[in-house]
Amino acid sequence: MEIRIDRRTPLERMRVIPFQQVVDAVTNCCFEAAFRLPPDVLRAIREAAERESTAVGREFLRQYLENARIAETENMAICQDTGFAVYFVEMGENLRIDGGSIYEAISAGTARGYQEGFLRKSIVSDPLFARRNTTDNTPPIVHLTLVPGDRLTVILAPKGGGSENMSALRMLKPSQGRAGVVEFVTETVVKAGGNPCPPTIVGVGIGGTFEKAAFLAKKALLRPLGEPHPDAEYAALEREILERINASGVGPQGLGGDVTSLAVHIEHYPCHIASLPVAVNLNCHAARHAGFEL
Amino acid sequence: MSETAISLTTPISEATARKLRAGDRVLLSGVIWTGRDAAHKRLVAALDAGEPLPVPLRDQVIYFVGPCPAPPGRVIGSAGPTTSGRMDAYSPRLLWEAGLRGMIGKGERGPEVTAAMRECGGIYFAATGGAGALIARSIVKAEVVAYEDLGPEAIYRLEVKELPLVVAIDAQGGNLYERK
Repeated sequence: MEIRIDRRTPLERMRVIPFQQVVDAVTNCCFEAAFRLPPDVLRAIREAAERESTAVGREFLRQYLENARIAETENMAICQDTGFAVYFVEMGENLRIDGGSIYEAISAGTARGYQEGFLRKSIVSDPLFARRNTTDNTPPIVHLTLVPGDRLTVILAPKGGGSENMSALRMLKPSQGRAGVVEFVTETVVKAGGNPCPPTIVGVGIGGTFEKAAFLAKKALLRPLGEPHPDAEYAALEREILERINASGVGPQGLGGDVTSLAVHIEHYPCHIASLPVAVNLNCHAARHAGFEL
Repeated sequence: MSETAISLTTPISEATARKLRAGDRVLLSGVIWTGRDAAHKRLVAALDAGEPLPVPLRDQVIYFVGPCPAPPGRVIGSAGPTTSGRMDAYSPRLLWEAGLRGMIGKGERGPEVTAAMRECGGIYFAATGGAGALIARSIVKAEVVAYEDLGPEAIYRLEVKELPLVVAIDAQGGNLYERK
């Protein structure tokens, strides 16, 4: 039997991809996300239109579908708020980008995508004082995770201001438990009314620390619609919160109806003995995302 | 929601506005003006300073929108409503002092706004949030007329043809956001 020893140095083992290849892929991703609503979201809106009992609610849902069709066929943005470009990136430990960092590549691709796609530039330089538009929708937000292997996986989830502004985080007492979570999430969504463009997708992060819970809430929005949590207890909790929200009558656009949210998605993480952090991140019905692997 | 839509053309008189009821469907035509928080802040600063407004607002309608740039061959990009609540700090001043008649946006308005609407005969329309590509089809002309440095937040003069709206809050206090 022949024994093969890999005599390459760790550096030689690295897979190298050119900077421009990443920039191009990110640029296309910006177009894809802005113009094409993912099939799971379209299906969920179609199903919601069948469930909705109010005429006004059904009319809004019909308009969302027509809007998605126009956006896709005419390469027009689904929503004028083409969002903060939020990226979830998994980068293999044995991958190197030749010519710049992953952050620079994503930033350059975002700038080009928003420029060439005629997408709205919605980022201001200083949050409090100058609030001057950066004019190219940068900087993006990049959540980077290092993973084994030599691949690069990128998901772009552009995030509009209307739904993001209705997010909330509360550090519950562990004694508040399941009931406390149900109450806080439901209250957050109902209080948001028509502002986040319902029917929304409700991302919930439970556990971890203050910032971990917020990250999980956003990450939870990426799960395909119609896919319940793999754990039975959490899946039941998702169903219960969704029923409570939809019993509120907020409805499409907040003008009354049965469908206030399309889904509740929970992500959880171990947490401190003293804590029960719960974060809620809402996504509007125009739940855009796109991705690629290199 | 009423079955047939009411066709309205800007400018809108107080008498016409006072006849509208929450739940009425409206197809709006004519000239309207865009404005988001940053533009509203400047408009109110102009009122504070006693300066003339860059656009005439008497009996006019402001659409809370920051559109996408126009792709080649198009009048405007995607152009759906933004959250109106952010304009609550400014809208009463425009209703009282500038004679503003109507507002188009999405989501609820605060008590100061609805009170000013009752006093002045103001009307608040909801456009479909997240349907910007569909709404853009009703916009036949668009040009930046003030605060160009604000980019997407500049004031545009829009000419609209049968823009589909719902009266969300009327001048009598009728309010679709107040759930029974």
